Amino acid sequence: MKVGAWQAFSLVVQRELCLSFRRPDQLLQPLVFFLIVTTLFPLGLSLQLSQLRDIAPGVLWVAALLSSLLSLDALFKSDADDGTLEQLALSGQGLTLIVVAKTCAHWLATGLALVVVSPIVATALGIPTAAFASMMLSLALGTLTLSWLGAIGAGLTIGLRRGNVLLSLIVLPLATPLLIFGAAATERAISGTSTVGALYFLAALCVFTCTLAPFAATAALRITLE
Amino acid sequence: MNSPYALCFEKVHVWRGERHVLQGVSAQVLPTELLHISGPNGTGKTTLLRVVSGLLRPEQGSVTWLGQSITASRAEYQAVLAYASHEPALKGDLTALENLRFAVGLKRRVTASELRAALERTDVAGCADLPARVLSAGQRRRVAMARVLAMSASVWLLDEPYTNLDAAGTELISGLLQAHVDGGGLALVVAHHQLALRCSVRRLELNS
Repeated sequence: MKVGAWQAFSLVVQRELCLSFRRPDQLLQPLVFFLIVTTLFPLGLSLQLSQLRDIAPGVLWVAALLSSLLSLDALFKSDADDGTLEQLALSGQGLTLIVVAKTCAHWLATGLALVVVSPIVATALGIPTAAFASMMLSLALGTLTLSWLGAIGAGLTIGLRRGNVLLSLIVLPLATPLLIFGAAATERAISGTSTVGALYFLAALCVFTCTLAPFAATAALRITLE
Repeated sequence: MNSPYALCFEKVHVWRGERHVLQGVSAQVLPTELLHISGPNGTGKTTLLRVVSGLLRPEQGSVTWLGQSITASRAEYQAVLAYASHEPALKGDLTALENLRFAVGLKRRVTASELRAALERTDVAGCADLPARVLSAGQRRRVAMARVLAMSASVWLLDEPYTNLDAAGTELISGLLQAHVDGGGLALVVAHHQLALRCSVRRLELNS
């Protein structure tokens, strides 16, 4: 009996999450990196609380971007190395569906986890609790967009031996708008002004990437599979 | 005229950079037949198998299944296709059974008992619940073969299925190939030695 698209999607997500949880080191590394980098800033700069709040959005977002990059490399590479990617490409399910499922699972295991630990970091940076909701929403949108951008970069670089450096060079410039609007949303949340504009921009970027990136990433994977 | 009920490839040309790897290779396989692809290392056997699977698009030439180009009928073709590359394509952190479930489950609805039965047929039922990373190379090859069986596909593309196998394993694979072809399937097998099979075997020798 044929397997429907939804079933195939959930099977790939299950597989990816199962693999992530069997390798807790890979799951925890980006999170620990995020926690350490953000807590080093207040220790190193010894600022007043008000000054700390001024730099907090920038620190939070730069650390979030860099820690997300750490895990992007693994998105397709291990599957490409052991031949699993070929099996997935010939599974009878569209490669785009598989790319979407893998990217969603990647975000659940990395981006969402980062959003969940962000209040700890926010506390260390002196961000008031009233700003947490907007900050977490902006991080959720930002990390999801980054996963989509990363899927394109990861698809393009799997064939290369030092691909992770190139991956950063491809993804970071594309992520600049995320940093600008994400930090703006967090800053406004701290100062108590309306965050709606910046959040709308982040949401628009998220929709834009999640509609186009799967096709770009699939095309990139097809090239590297050949 | 080629029969429409077969897998055909005609005048396939593939360049790898400056190298002209496949220079107009043609063959056709009917159901209940096996195509044995052989030749020295580096003559493009794996490349040919990747072309036939649809992973690699040839610069010239065509691959057709039931008279239709495999790019035009990709979904239908992939539904009847089982490809085993020379890597076993198993995830070390998943058990043999999970590996099979996630790979075969994308192709057709499958129950755990069917998967266990496939592992039984390749004589690795005892490894079903072990992570693939602790299996030996030969056991992994057998699990990969179980995946091909569980897909219940009619077209098998096997890249060196005899690698790392002991004498019993070699016999086992031959028996499975025989049963597959007798049951109306067709297979393309890349192998370096003679295949001792009773079914009709076409041979394709690639030279540089």
